[in-house]
Amino acid sequence: MTDKIDKEPADTPPRASLAPETIKAIPVRHYGRYVSAVIVLALVALLVNAFATAEKIQWSAVGDKLFDSTVLAGAGRTLLISVLAMIVGVVLGVVLAVMRLSKNPVTSWVAWFYIWFFRGTPVYVQLLLWFNLALIFPMLNLGPIYKDEMTDVMTPFMCALLGLGLNEAAYMAEICRAGLLAVDEGQTEAAHALGMSHGRTLRRIVIPQAMRVIVPPTGNEFINMLKTSSLVYAVTYNELLRATSTIGSTSYAVMEMLFVASIWYLVMTSVFSVFQYYLERRFARGSSRSLPPTPWQKIRVNLMAFSRERGV
Amino acid sequence: MTAMVRAESVHKSFGLVEVLKGIDLEVKRGEVFCLIGPSGSGKSTFLRCINHLEKVNAGRLYVDGELVGYRQKGDKLYELKDSEVALQRRDIGMVFQRFNLFPHMTALDNVMEAPVQVKGMGRSQARERARELLEKVGLADKADSYPAQLSGGQQQRVAIARALAMDPKLMLFDEPTSALDPELVGDVLDVMRDLAESGMTMVVVTHEMGFAREVGDSLVFMDGGVVVESGDPREVLTNPQHERTQAFLSKVL
Repeated sequence: MTDKIDKEPADTPPRASLAPETIKAIPVRHYGRYVSAVIVLALVALLVNAFATAEKIQWSAVGDKLFDSTVLAGAGRTLLISVLAMIVGVVLGVVLAVMRLSKNPVTSWVAWFYIWFFRGTPVYVQLLLWFNLALIFPMLNLGPIYKDEMTDVMTPFMCALLGLGLNEAAYMAEICRAGLLAVDEGQTEAAHALGMSHGRTLRRIVIPQAMRVIVPPTGNEFINMLKTSSLVYAVTYNELLRATSTIGSTSYAVMEMLFVASIWYLVMTSVFSVFQYYLERRFARGSSRSLPPTPWQKIRVNLMAFSRERGV
Repeated sequence: MTAMVRAESVHKSFGLVEVLKGIDLEVKRGEVFCLIGPSGSGKSTFLRCINHLEKVNAGRLYVDGELVGYRQKGDKLYELKDSEVALQRRDIGMVFQRFNLFPHMTALDNVMEAPVQVKGMGRSQARERARELLEKVGLADKADSYPAQLSGGQQQRVAIARALAMDPKLMLFDEPTSALDPELVGDVLDVMRDLAESGMTMVVVTHEMGFAREVGDSLVFMDGGVVVESGDPREVLTNPQHERTQAFLSKVL
């Protein structure tokens, strides 16, 4: 390196002033892109036309029922059960992941068995198992604390919550385990060398770093959960799909109500995707030198660049 | 006065590979004790045994007169609980080759973490102390930077401040400058030199022969899991007695 600098005469002017004229070449034309865009637009137009002009679809019904109180209540329950089941899943999943990685063989095997069972059977089957639990345990008897008929305990809501939540926990456990394993072992060593206990090291050092790996697939799991929650239809919990299809079958507007359900599912998943972006950004702290801009910041930068160009 | 570190015939194996084959040595209070030797000689492993990051297979290791990782009752040894091991480690600072700063915390938070979490020190007091320590290592202006925003040399100096925040009686350095660009090594060595002058007991695994010669009080040359030669660093480095020491030094000096 020093050689190069020595070779240049001391009085060489700075490079910037020598820079040649900026290149203004004609860019390569991508004709294929125009052609494909036209084809895609044509196909979309055909599809939209088919739906719009279908005689058996009353589009007005979609608009009428979109904000129907029954539908809104159903969407609310879908959101509620998804959020609660996800909380159960995340909390239990973290516990299971830590158990799975524990040096204690008992906890590690219990976690392994749990994951084996709940990942190995369809969630639909699990929902029905909870629904019919009274066939095995007619009474729920927790000694002096609590005692009741199982059919009273296993309301549709409880079936849905347990069915979705416990199943999700098995998947979250594997996601969390991958996240915990992704944290460099040197971090644990450094924390231990400072005299931190296992639990504190996990809570303060390892889990916060594992979050960066855990959050993106967890967001994915939540979006999945919003949709999988439609399966609790089977345990008679009155969520979005059940609410819409009940209206659909009584008012002979089956397809219309499925559109209504689809619109609400899309709204919920889209809103959450934005939320997920900010969540990931928060947990990226420290991993890169500067945080990626938020969409709003990007827009602002673009607008400023645009106005500067016009100003010149 | 008891030695700060006393090793009696320390053995350590990883599976079938015996890495330490009987280490006997003594680190006196307030001295800078340098461990040198080729890679794979077991010097880092020995250092990690001192704060029980590695379990010793045979022999005894004492820090400040206290058996590391075990309790002796009669002729029986009992393994210490994790919490008891943690208690022993509080007084032993360690600096790693790869820094191992906590990347999700600022430099200041890295230094504050252990006093607050382990010693239960109040946050404002810990913050004040952390700022003092960062100033001591010349990084007062980097308190709010994350490790990824710091150079290797700066990260290592934060790591030293982090270890000092626990007010250790012994500092272990595991090749603290080996992962650094050559021009950044000096800053870290300066901080270590200041620390040595303040009377801190230091065990330093290093390839910096200049540092060992200038700052070291004792030096041990290890090879193949045994201590080959030991003594005053200036004597050992200029006039090595053993053949293997001569061969090693002729390559690195």
